[in-house]
Amino acid sequence: MKEIIYLDHSATTYVDPVVKKEMSPFFSDFFGNPGSLHLYGHQAKCAVDNSRKKVADIINATSNEIIFTGSGTESVNLAIIGLADSYPKKKHIISTNIEHHAVLHTLDYLKLKGYDITLVPVKKNGIVDPKDIEKEIRDDTLLITVMYANNEIGTIQPIKEIGEIAKKHEIFFHSDACQAGLLDLDVKDLNVDLLTLNGSKIYGPKGIGMLYRKKGVNLMPIIFGGSQEQGLRAGTENTPGIIGFAKALDLVQKNKDKEYKRLLELREKLVNNIMELIPNTLLNGDREKRLPGNANFTFLNVEGESLLLHLNEQGLCVSSGSACTSRSLLPSHVITALGYPPEAVHGSIRITLGKRNNEEHIDKIIKVLPSIVENLRKISPLNLTMDDFEKLKNEVKND
Amino acid sequence: MTENCDVKKGCDAWFYSDIIKDHFFHPRNILTSKEDIDKFKADGVGQVGSPACGDVMKMWIKVKDNKIIACKWQTFGCASAIASTSILSEMVVGMNLDKAMGIKPKDIAEKLGGLPANKFHCSILGDKALRAAIEDYKSKNN
Repeated sequence: MKEIIYLDHSATTYVDPVVKKEMSPFFSDFFGNPGSLHLYGHQAKCAVDNSRKKVADIINATSNEIIFTGSGTESVNLAIIGLADSYPKKKHIISTNIEHHAVLHTLDYLKLKGYDITLVPVKKNGIVDPKDIEKEIRDDTLLITVMYANNEIGTIQPIKEIGEIAKKHEIFFHSDACQAGLLDLDVKDLNVDLLTLNGSKIYGPKGIGMLYRKKGVNLMPIIFGGSQEQGLRAGTENTPGIIGFAKALDLVQKNKDKEYKRLLELREKLVNNIMELIPNTLLNGDREKRLPGNANFTFLNVEGESLLLHLNEQGLCVSSGSACTSRSLLPSHVITALGYPPEAVHGSIRITLGKRNNEEHIDKIIKVLPSIVENLRKISPLNLTMDDFEKLKNEVKND
Repeated sequence: MTENCDVKKGCDAWFYSDIIKDHFFHPRNILTSKEDIDKFKADGVGQVGSPACGDVMKMWIKVKDNKIIACKWQTFGCASAIASTSILSEMVVGMNLDKAMGIKPKDIAEKLGGLPANKFHCSILGDKALRAAIEDYKSKNN
């Protein structure tokens, strides 16, 4: 049978077998409700508390600063809406134009509620300049929210510096760190007041998220019911999910230096070869300051969905920022934010490497991709070159 | 939504028919180089779409006795855009110009065994490209 190679780890990761094993007693053996006062309840409560402490230690926080939620998206919603509801006098929020939809659409919601939202554009390399953020600060700025690493182009944002600025101006700072499992997650180092993580990107289970909330930062709940999670997230605790998330975070952070280096070597081999073998190709996002497993290419004159389907046919599972692959039929806002002309925003593909990928997989991509691009270019009526691209890009800037 | 999927095989995320897949992976009647284009000696050429919206189609036709005797094409776009141009290039051979002018996106979609609803508008530009090619032929031969 044809080998199927998964190259979409920024979409989601498989559950590490070690994590799965750690979770398994909590489905049918220690299944109690952590809120119950009998032995079953105590067992579950104990496991949840241990996991909470484990997570807190990893990110240099305390147990009561950890709130478990149902997803990264929910954590983001709780951080932003929960904070806005707690401090209703300040009505201005600053973010960037490459955030995940979890952030952007939550901000859209607040906009409808009368908030002013400033989305600071990133530079051409897909990284925001902290000075550009500082310029937007006003007397009524409540929150700055900036992702740690971008999910499409992998660019790593200067969180520490932005955090310092927020601190100086006494503004709350949230960071969506869902893609940043391999980076430094020390919340004190990062100067964050709120930090979002989730299980499904770090070889943990889906359906579990975490919000770090610094002591003293007030939030209002967005889900109402029981008093779980200090009254901030009603609903019976997802005990297996919490156990799995804590184990996954522990594993990914313990091995991060080694895995970072390994993925970086694979990614560099991939990028160097593809850029050399396929003319008129762009690497989207900063060459250096990006997640080690992320490569995001645009092949001029080729549309992304077509490319993705051909790769899928060859057993290579990647994703695309093409309009045709999104349910909304809009091209990626992240690629658009790089200042690309419309001609070039439809052709991006994202390859995100993970733990099970190896050098043979990279060799397979290098073998297969050039001829797919060549064949699609042959049937394309467009003939843009890199010079045309640069010219068009300058026109975009002048608009 | 699809129901009763075989998880192992997976549901086709784009719900493309087998006919679309066949034409996408094995496009018919394409012109792949400048030499091919010169050799074809088209009687009419038409191009529609814009790269900004993600689809561009170009069609070349040869006409004899008011009938299309050959149709070639190039497309920048997604799978349904490529497949719909490919199948159109087969449909029109032998067709008289008036009938070819009357081809609607619906006719192409039917031939393809249906298109996902959200792909219908953005991907069927083939009929417009064809009309543009026929108009081009007519303007040259009047």
